[in-house]
Amino acid sequence: MPAADIIVRLDGVEKHFGAVRALDGVDFQVESGACVGLVGHNGAGKSTLMHVLAGTSAPDRGSIVISGKERRDYAPRRAKQLGIRCVFQELSLCANLTVAENVRVFHPALTGMGWRRKAATLISEKLDAIFPGHGIAASALVQDLAIGQRQMVEVARALTVTSEPVRLVILDEPTSSLDSHTAGQLLTFMRHEVANGTSFILISHLLGEILGYSDRIVVMRDGKTIAAGPADAFDREKLVAAMGGAQGGRGTTPAGAAARGQKPLRVRVHGEADAPELVAHEGEVIGLAGLAGHGQTAMLRAIFGAATRRRAGIEVAAPVALVAGDRQSDGIFPQWSIARNINVGSLKMLRRGALISPGREQALAEYWRGKIAIRTPDMNDNILSLSGGNQQKALFARALASDARIILMDDPMRGVDIATRLEVYDLIRQEAKSGRTFLWYTTETDELLHCDHVYVFCNGVIVANLPRGEFSEEKLIQSSFQGAR
Amino acid sequence: MVLPQALPHIRRLMRALLPAFSLVLVLGAIAYLNPRAISYFGFNLMLNLAVPIALATVAQMFVIAGNDLDLSIGPFIGFAGCVTATWLHDSPLMGAIILAGCVAAYAALGALIQLRSLPSIVVTLGMSFVWQGLAILVLPKPGGAPPDWLASLMSLQPPLVPFPVLAAVGLALIAWFGLMRTSYGAILRGSGGNASAIARAGWSLLKIKMALFALAGLFGVLSGMALIGITTSADANIGNGYTLLSIAGVILGGGEFMGGIVSPVGAVIGALTLALAASPLLTFLQIPPDWQVGANGAILIIVLAARAQIGRKGALT
Amino acid sequence: MTALKTLFARPWIWSFVGAALVWLAAILFTRFNGAGGMLSAALALAVFTVIVGVGQMFVITLGPGNIDLSLPANIGLASAVSMTVMNGSDSRIALGLVAALACGFAIGAANYLLIRALRIPPIIATLSSSFIIQSVDIAYGRGLQIKPPPGFAGFTEMQIAGIPVLAALTVLFTIGAAIALQRTITGRSVLAIGQNMRAAYFAGIKVERTCAATYALCGMLGGLDGALLAGYFRGANVDLGNEYLLSSIAVVVIGGTSVAGGKANLPGVWGAALFLVLLLTMLNTFGVSAGVRLLATGLIIVAVIAAAGGERALR
Repeated sequence: MPAADIIVRLDGVEKHFGAVRALDGVDFQVESGACVGLVGHNGAGKSTLMHVLAGTSAPDRGSIVISGKERRDYAPRRAKQLGIRCVFQELSLCANLTVAENVRVFHPALTGMGWRRKAATLISEKLDAIFPGHGIAASALVQDLAIGQRQMVEVARALTVTSEPVRLVILDEPTSSLDSHTAGQLLTFMRHEVANGTSFILISHLLGEILGYSDRIVVMRDGKTIAAGPADAFDREKLVAAMGGAQGGRGTTPAGAAARGQKPLRVRVHGEADAPELVAHEGEVIGLAGLAGHGQTAMLRAIFGAATRRRAGIEVAAPVALVAGDRQSDGIFPQWSIARNINVGSLKMLRRGALISPGREQALAEYWRGKIAIRTPDMNDNILSLSGGNQQKALFARALASDARIILMDDPMRGVDIATRLEVYDLIRQEAKSGRTFLWYTTETDELLHCDHVYVFCNGVIVANLPRGEFSEEKLIQSSFQGAR
Repeated sequence: MVLPQALPHIRRLMRALLPAFSLVLVLGAIAYLNPRAISYFGFNLMLNLAVPIALATVAQMFVIAGNDLDLSIGPFIGFAGCVTATWLHDSPLMGAIILAGCVAAYAALGALIQLRSLPSIVVTLGMSFVWQGLAILVLPKPGGAPPDWLASLMSLQPPLVPFPVLAAVGLALIAWFGLMRTSYGAILRGSGGNASAIARAGWSLLKIKMALFALAGLFGVLSGMALIGITTSADANIGNGYTLLSIAGVILGGGEFMGGIVSPVGAVIGALTLALAASPLLTFLQIPPDWQVGANGAILIIVLAARAQIGRKGALT
Repeated sequence: MTALKTLFARPWIWSFVGAALVWLAAILFTRFNGAGGMLSAALALAVFTVIVGVGQMFVITLGPGNIDLSLPANIGLASAVSMTVMNGSDSRIALGLVAALACGFAIGAANYLLIRALRIPPIIATLSSSFIIQSVDIAYGRGLQIKPPPGFAGFTEMQIAGIPVLAALTVLFTIGAAIALQRTITGRSVLAIGQNMRAAYFAGIKVERTCAATYALCGMLGGLDGALLAGYFRGANVDLGNEYLLSSIAVVVIGGTSVAGGKANLPGVWGAALFLVLLLTMLNTFGVSAGVRLLATGLIIVAVIAAAGGERALR
């Protein structure tokens, strides 16, 4: 392949964080007018690789060649001048600014008279092109937007053009907060841009997106690229195998649970007016489905609140624990060790007399390290030393270690790799068998196959009530949209 | 997401109007208690100290926009006032150089806070001793005098509208345009909203922090000068109350301590409200001197509680 | 050697090093005259800063924005209340102390009520309440000239082998507070809330109860400090607590507690309090003017904080 057609080439790039080799000699390239799908488990080095490409993280060794020239003193500003844009996994909008002002932040060239209007036109046109019917005003403050809308703005912003060209766009989990309809709009638009000669790197845990929308697929593991090839050379099983995860992935249906209503009631939420109620019994795994942001999280939070403070219309019959979906803002205590992060939910049980016993604390942490396979040399290391998936496991351990009999899960698998998911699915099944009740909000249809009963939400109310036998993807989509109009 | 989007806008509008509303309320109370106060000369008298308070509040606002807090602005204003009443009066060039140096010192403070990622509360706490000490060294005993031009500027009596009102409107417009409408203003506020996003977009957080602190220093110096122009003599403790007044003014005006959320117009209105509530209102209410400080506290609580109730974003649960 | 290294990795060690350095500078100046006396005087004075510093530390550990600016007014009012209740009689000392604690508790509870029920930011809420407390104190304490009971005054300055008894008791109290912070549910809750309040709520921590308890504790420590100060300085006074506004915050931060919350440091409070007291002693022995003293204090505080550096962002 002629060098001119290659936009970016990395040769032997290494990056260390202390003793951790986040990147261990990566060779990687992107051709112009191509979409490269990048997959790998959490902690495989994908995000670090993206930070190197975006210039926000300098490699310890190796070279970055862009448009045929090796680039030294590479930095975010330089990357943008060279036409490389990055949509990071953690949102990088300023919540206190308007959509248009956030565009200005991104484009140094937007100054002088009328910059506000220029920025507004720029972003509105791009949003219209990618997400028709988005309903986002350029003058809206970002803090007033829903998380999905923020992600839409972020993606659209990365594709706006002023003085600097767009040649390569890196999308790191761009659909994680989008519902399937919007995600489809985005991926379709991406293909359209690829046809016009723009290159993309698409990172996603949804293997379907990778297989369906990239030209080439690169698999990373342990800080190295271990497989690469045209997209049609891979299928789901091959990808999973290459990533080093266990085979399988489709949920297997656990042996039939008892008919509903025989076990003791654990949660009942009365629907408003004539809307259906939500019930959960002992030992059940209940799925909350529907498009993202249609009241599922609010329902879980209401149940969580009702467990400690009586609330009209919600009955909760046992202690509750919640596994947060947004780890950083709702889950992690960043200054604490892994052990303390797990134990915080069970402090009462860890006391000996009035004081918390260090011995019991250690024992509990070690038990869960084994049980849920948290990969760390020492449970007393800081929680942030873990990869995202392992942090999420620690949050599961926190909930499961507590005395809670009802576990609420707020789309907890966002950005978690397949191997971890499979381990957690097993654990959920075991725990349900021992009598725990799970209420599980998830944006992924595959996960609903693990549920005994699925409630579909639309505009904050339950619009469908699907027992295990009747659940299918078609039914789900049908009922999610019937209410949305 | 088809949920109604109008709600946050209405709430935001209410919140934006609240500072103005509280100002009207205080004015109404004064008009009721003493109708004669609502006149050209009444305002001139009542808003006597409003200009330095408003300038101090704007200075504090720039610091708060970057998620910092300046606990030294009061003593700093006092020091600037002492310099104005001595050096600037006796040898204007030297005085101007020192005051410019003050602004530079503020920029340097911003750089120090950014480079060493220090908590601004503590650094400025330390600096409050420094400015206080310097003020005592410059002016060990109360005295001094403002330059003539400054004294006559501050006692201007323009037709129809009292000078403090004109000055406040002008200040609000300048601060609003600079921070809310210019393209670099958006970057400055963005650094308070999401600093790492700003850095990732290629902006220098160091320059931003220095700019914010330099602006605070500039308005702090102006506040000190205005104060001396009005009081016509200085003392080393003259600015001490301004730290708390300025913070309260920013918050009263709709600002938040975190997230780069500030409102320049609101801040100036907040400062005017405080200036009126602090002494004229209490005098008209005939509050005994023992309870004046407490009444100030009560007014702060009432206004801020009203603001919080309207701006309520739904509790954590 | 490694022990030394781990010792110097602790953030609080620097405050003790600083305290030792200023003490050395002071006694070099006096040619070692009164070195020991200087130290025990410093210990006796540092106690008052440590007591409010510990309260302030718990509040600051609750996370960004949490701070108690009403401590000075609290100290002033509690000093008047306790002296009135004791009424110069040795038999009423305990009663007076309880009154001071109750007064402080009421102030702390009122502060939290303003913060929680009216949603006023703590910095403004405690400031406003301090204005009101001040007025109450002025109106109530006007012309109050009650001396502390002789037994109580004696107790506050009692020394055994050059060590102030009050300082020794305060050391014990600090150790207890450190254990409570790390090994009780309430202590852990404070640390968790300071790191991430939302996560703490979702992890099942009683957020409101813990915050209320923390503000109440801080208020009580302020009240206790007021009574002790009135004993030590022979009488209540509206301005008795004024210097503790800045010094209570300064000792917390110089001592290595994170103003971002979630990380507290008790030994550091002692080190920093000794540092500040000895710094003043040193400047006084040098005989500098008030202006220079303030200037030097401020510059040294800024320098110490800058040298210690802030929290580095993880990754």
